[in-house]
Amino acid sequence: MRPPVPTPRLRQLEAEAIAILREAIAEFARPVLLYSVGKDSSVLLHLARKAFYPGRPPLSLLHIDTGWKFREMLAFRDRVAARTALDLIVHINRDGLARGISPIASGADLHTQVMKTEALRQALQQGGFDAAIGGARRDEEKSRAKERIFSLRSAGHGWDPRRQRPELWRIFNTRLGPDETMRVFPLSNWTELDVWHYIRAEGIEVVPLYFAKARPVVDRNGALIVVDDDRLPLRTGETPRLTKVRFRTLGCYPLTGAVRSDADTLDAIIDEVRDAILSERQGRLIDAGDDSALEMKKREGYF
Amino acid sequence: MNRPFAPITPVATDADSLPALRIVTCGAVDDGKSTLIGRLLHEQDLIFDDQRAALVRDSASRGAAGDEPDYALLLDGLAAEREQGITIDVAYRSFATARRAFVVADAPGHAQYTRNMATAASTADLAVLLVDARKGLRPQTRRHAIIASLFGLRHIVLAVNKIDLVDFNQTVFDDIARAFGDFGRSLGFAAIHAIPLSARHGDNVSSSSLRLPWYRGPTLLDHLETVAVDDVRADRPFRLPVQWINRADADFRGAAGTVAQGRVRLGDPVAVLPSGLTATVARIVGGNGDLIEAQAGDAITLVLGDAVDVGRGDMLSATRDRPPVADQFAAHLVWLSDEPLYPGRSYLMKINHNTVPATVTELKYRIDIDTLARLAAKTLAANEIGVGNLSIARPVAFDAYADNRDTGAFILIDRASNDTVAAGMIDFALRRATNIHRHDQTVSPAARTALMGHKPAVLWFTGLPASGKSTLANRIEAALHARGVHTLLLDGDNIRHGLNKDLGFTESDRVENIRRAGEVAKLMTEAGLIVLCAFISPFAAERRMVRDLIGNTAFIEIFVDTPLAECIARDPKGLYRRAQAGEIKNFTGVDQPYEPPRQPDLHLSTAGTDVDTLTARVVAELERRGLFTTD
Repeated sequence: MRPPVPTPRLRQLEAEAIAILREAIAEFARPVLLYSVGKDSSVLLHLARKAFYPGRPPLSLLHIDTGWKFREMLAFRDRVAARTALDLIVHINRDGLARGISPIASGADLHTQVMKTEALRQALQQGGFDAAIGGARRDEEKSRAKERIFSLRSAGHGWDPRRQRPELWRIFNTRLGPDETMRVFPLSNWTELDVWHYIRAEGIEVVPLYFAKARPVVDRNGALIVVDDDRLPLRTGETPRLTKVRFRTLGCYPLTGAVRSDADTLDAIIDEVRDAILSERQGRLIDAGDDSALEMKKREGYF
Repeated sequence: MNRPFAPITPVATDADSLPALRIVTCGAVDDGKSTLIGRLLHEQDLIFDDQRAALVRDSASRGAAGDEPDYALLLDGLAAEREQGITIDVAYRSFATARRAFVVADAPGHAQYTRNMATAASTADLAVLLVDARKGLRPQTRRHAIIASLFGLRHIVLAVNKIDLVDFNQTVFDDIARAFGDFGRSLGFAAIHAIPLSARHGDNVSSSSLRLPWYRGPTLLDHLETVAVDDVRADRPFRLPVQWINRADADFRGAAGTVAQGRVRLGDPVAVLPSGLTATVARIVGGNGDLIEAQAGDAITLVLGDAVDVGRGDMLSATRDRPPVADQFAAHLVWLSDEPLYPGRSYLMKINHNTVPATVTELKYRIDIDTLARLAAKTLAANEIGVGNLSIARPVAFDAYADNRDTGAFILIDRASNDTVAAGMIDFALRRATNIHRHDQTVSPAARTALMGHKPAVLWFTGLPASGKSTLANRIEAALHARGVHTLLLDGDNIRHGLNKDLGFTESDRVENIRRAGEVAKLMTEAGLIVLCAFISPFAAERRMVRDLIGNTAFIEIFVDTPLAECIARDPKGLYRRAQAGEIKNFTGVDQPYEPPRQPDLHLSTAGTDVDTLTARVVAELERRGLFTTD
């Protein structure tokens, strides 16, 4: 196993991401960092600290809480916010809560639409943010592969994939028309493996859910759902069984499948990711179904 | 903390440690680009099982023929693309073998090709150019090679595909390779490597083919894994375009940016451009703490030891070998927008973290990308490439694109739509801005103003034909004259009969018409006059250009807002009638658009208001602005 030092590859990706973060700060009046608590967000936050060192990142963190995040994620989020001393805005769609929207009662599609997509739009609107910086990568999904690093959103936060601005060299067109906003993706060119190599090289803390551990699990149509608390109603015949699993990607807990794994160290995770035969987003139940599922959500303003 | 980035000796064969090789694949529509990439991923076992399952399902549901899945679906990420079976946009796909990591940019081969390939090529290290062995070099093959060369790619792989369909014939391959070699050498590629292969059947993709015993070179993958693309940036003179000023606290002021070229060490003298002031590097701050040196590619923050003024858009440079600083230069332009280029129109240029008003002052020629012939051109349409002179509102530091692909590149942005309309590559500075000195005149504009007894200004009347601009301007001039104000009235008619009699009514001629009127008005204001200009001036970009020229205080935009129906009803010269009958082309309001001002200084709705009232409003506004007094 290689020693944990930043390789030339990681240094190049790091420098590129730092330049993108600085450009966003230089060009926008009110940018915000979308902090989802996942590994990519952890890397993004680490990069933001480096980009503006020795100063603090001139950014607030915005977390869209759907009400269904793992308890470990919320605890981790609050700890990170306290340690970095950055302003943390937690937004939850109160209207959706009042309507009783939940992944259990309403189904994955409606829950995602109301508690994530609409919630994000509300939060950006209320905060008056003109740019939202997020940790999405092009290697996650094929519609993301075509997204720009500085990606324009219409007045209604929609994404029009056919009207994207050409993006040449490292020159970014950051101009906004009335009520338009920008999404900015500093990790566009990173892969899942790069993210883990960087986490190891830089000693970045991530949510323990990424490490394999025996957890109570039910198997639903092939997806391993971890029973985080008693909010998940068990179906008849379902008994949670302790299984050694970890998460490759983290979302709302009834909508994110875990994977069977023994990888309980960074080195083991890196080996596992390198040998993976399934893509990272296979655990995301919201992408399943139509082969344009994620693109359609993004057009409506989903991250 | 304080772990400096020590130089690391790269392990030459480690895909995890080396930066990815960035490849652009190009070739005509049916030459097999997507099949080749798909085959490569398939042979290297790089398609995830769930992606493969989706691929098989999608291939079947879209009626893709044959035994093989349709690999193009792996890259065609957008719904519209899969529905129409075409590729719309550049897709980036990362993959790694045991020896090297790659990012492949797949540029689609349809109508928008030049624009997409330009985007993909701008960040690529190497181009893989596909040809169909049965068809040989085609116009597209040459075109793609020319674009690759224009964007500064030094390495090219000629993949002679479908070699199985010419019975693995060596003569066919040799002829194609030789013909391309002759052509490619004229384009200045450092290395051209030709490989015979079959993407469909896998010959020479990642494993050698027994069916090609006469070919002794590497497979495509072998070549890509081992080709050396030297990065010479670190050995050139130091350049750092300043991206952001870091004011971490009251005592810290650092210039943040990415080193574009060369190295910098503690204590080095550096020049700040355009000002030309020099200072010493007091600290090099990295992400964790201080560094002793930094080199090309590093994102750092420099603290200068001397109190010199540095801001975003400045360039820090070695003191000895400085970049040119200019406000005029010659450049290659690749036009990206469906709206054509208008020489003389004001665009925004983004270059080295500056955003500056820019105009193409002269389009010298358009390049026929099939033959490299230079064609006379007045404009550039989407996907056309040309060479011209550009002028920007203030000088900036840059390098020639041939010397540095970062500091010599720029984009042009449309001021109204905010679209990126052109990609530019600087050839050379036309003259150094430092050599231009306006002759100091003894009598200053302020002195002339004092003698006049009022301030100069431009009252710019814009509106549809027959909206009442000239009538109103005429009446206002009379009122000003009666107050003893020195005036001049310029309108479309008196300018077009003399100064601009060489111009017609096409969009590009209209742009030039307004530019000249603006320049004349500017001279008149320098003489101390209040100039009333009545021009339809249908485009926001040109009105903004004149505003930039005259200055915000002296330029007063007056929107004469008369409904189109009312203008048509008035039609004093019978022009609307003739335009509607098709006798006059390019008539504003009929077959050419009018872009109303979003925020005019004065908005005059003429409907139901008489000329005297409107005149009084304008005069009152000038009074309010203090134009009738001198300071």
